[in-house]
Amino acid sequence: MVEQTLRYRSDEPVADPAVTVDAFADQSNATAVRIEPGDDARDLLPHLDRLALVEVNFPAYTDGRGYSAARILREHGYTGELRAIGDVLLDQLSHMRRCGFDSFAPNQDISREAADKAFATWPEVYQKTVDGRPAIWAKRHG
Amino acid sequence: MYQYDSYDQAMVDARVAEFRDQVNRRLAGEITEDQFKPLRLKNGLYLQLHAYMLRVAIPYGTLNSRQMRMLGDIADKYDRGYGHFTTRQNIQYNWIKLEQAPDLLADLASVEMHAIQTSGNCIRNTTADHFAGAAADELVDPRPYAELLRQWSTFHPEFDYLPRKFKIAIIGSETDRAAMKLHDIGIQLVKNDAGEIGCKFYVGGGMGRTPMIAPVIGDFVPPLQMISYLEACLRVYNRYGRRDNKYKARIKILVHEIGADEYRRQVEEEFAHILTLGLEPPPAELERIKGFFEQPGFDAAASDDLDLSDPDFAVWVKQNVHAHKQAGYAIATIALKPVGGIPGDASADQIRLMADLARDYSFDELRVTHAQNIVLPHVKKADLYTLWQKLDEAGLANANLDLISDIIACPGLDYCSLANARSIPVAQKISERFADLGRQQELGELKLKISGCINACGHHHAGHIGILGVDRKGVENYQLLLGGSEGADTSLGTITGPGFNEDGIVDAIEKATDVYLAQRTDGERFLDTYRRIGMAPFKEAIYAKESVNG
Repeated sequence: MVEQTLRYRSDEPVADPAVTVDAFADQSNATAVRIEPGDDARDLLPHLDRLALVEVNFPAYTDGRGYSAARILREHGYTGELRAIGDVLLDQLSHMRRCGFDSFAPNQDISREAADKAFATWPEVYQKTVDGRPAIWAKRHG
Repeated sequence: MYQYDSYDQAMVDARVAEFRDQVNRRLAGEITEDQFKPLRLKNGLYLQLHAYMLRVAIPYGTLNSRQMRMLGDIADKYDRGYGHFTTRQNIQYNWIKLEQAPDLLADLASVEMHAIQTSGNCIRNTTADHFAGAAADELVDPRPYAELLRQWSTFHPEFDYLPRKFKIAIIGSETDRAAMKLHDIGIQLVKNDAGEIGCKFYVGGGMGRTPMIAPVIGDFVPPLQMISYLEACLRVYNRYGRRDNKYKARIKILVHEIGADEYRRQVEEEFAHILTLGLEPPPAELERIKGFFEQPGFDAAASDDLDLSDPDFAVWVKQNVHAHKQAGYAIATIALKPVGGIPGDASADQIRLMADLARDYSFDELRVTHAQNIVLPHVKKADLYTLWQKLDEAGLANANLDLISDIIACPGLDYCSLANARSIPVAQKISERFADLGRQQELGELKLKISGCINACGHHHAGHIGILGVDRKGVENYQLLLGGSEGADTSLGTITGPGFNEDGIVDAIEKATDVYLAQRTDGERFLDTYRRIGMAPFKEAIYAKESVNG
């Protein structure tokens, strides 16, 4: 069971347990859902207004489907908590943040200090994503 | 050539600092080798059979003399005095010490170079036509687009843990010199009837154990939507690419299994969404980059005359020099394929000499080709003879470009931990067997490619003659393939039959060339004759029992 969550939001955490994507469709009162790598995040798009927490599971850090899932949700306007869980390692944190994750519940604890250092790895970014950072090309052409 | 601004420099400097921290954590035992492996692989650092190997990115194969000189200095400082140019237009060093790797990266960063994403399941270094900006048949210079691609793909947060590695090649000529259709994505810049530029997207090609030629997925994508289209192609792949079996994880398998039409439908759907997000760099950014690739200051009065009275020089010109778009200039290729040598290897001194020659005779520019040779793209014809003399003094005037001894070979079992068989000794024996240049010229264009395992780094599927090294019950065995090609007429080679030992494969190749010489009609290359007469006559000759007196 995950003990520690690194959270970068000011609202109160959602207390509801996250249900599977399949179960979520049938439970009109559910506010939290868990995406597994094989799930299609686009199935959640009609229900974004009642979602407060989306957990994206990384059973193995090498499986990068969760990065696309997170970014798709944000691109379609999801503003609730987006939490990466599972095999979430220090060296993946900055990319996850860029794809829209704002909370992290790694299997192995990561200190807040180490995480903050990881987020500061890249002084600039080449791409526009969903984290609001201006891409280098945007800065060049102000 | 492109030059970094403070943003680009900050990115490579940040990478050096990050990697130094990762190496320190590894050396201090804070992270295990299992945890370190994916981190070093993102930086092109492989643990091979004898030492660490570092692969340095040469974006779209383009270098200036200062960068080339640094590659020579690195060979002396961190390796054993040589480097190995690869089939992906990169350079590899085979004898690197882990604790020195961060310093090596810092040296690279000082000349605007890096090893970012030269391995791992991410978007690899983009390759391009090695004659870009120089070729007489060029429609659109692909380098500005390749640089746009470099920046977009660098530390892309969504596509760093793809199902498998991802290779992109881009060309802007009808002649394909980059094996574009054998890449995960090949982009051909084309023009329509109205003269507008478009990107023709080929998606799902590749070599490896399941070679495939990429189908066209996007006919004519506007250049100012190229990045958005790439995002769509990659996102569909990231979502559906197989992750249960690494041998079926490349995008070619996905496109093959769901079909080009269904893949295209999904890409179009994602593309429509992505276009609403404003991810594309503005036109001004492409213009800014194009500014770095304007033609060098050619001498408009340069003469096309060439004194070919020195027969050795004439042979080299015939074989290694190509037409330039500018009158009075030529493209010269330095073949790193001496008889008995290691394909693609160059000593530190040779690398530095090539840097000097580029500075003095080629507007400071060099290219690395996927055939493991070096190009001086802009040489005044009046300077060719002097250039050739200097190359000749350094053992670099091999006049065998595209001949049978211009062999592509992977490092093989001499270095690589994936290999099943050695490639280098086979390449050496073949070049020795066919050492006579007159004999090679008689055989004409003949692209011979050797891979030491099924991963096909030596492009054996695309060789007119291909060799695949396999392990047969603990013994190295070499399969022979005929009929592959990588250009506009891309085709995949066919295995002749049972494999051979190291000497047997050289004999078999000689027999195949004998069949060609006996059967060819006027003007036919080996490949043409093979395509016309088919496998049977070759097979018959190769596997015929030796006669008693034979």
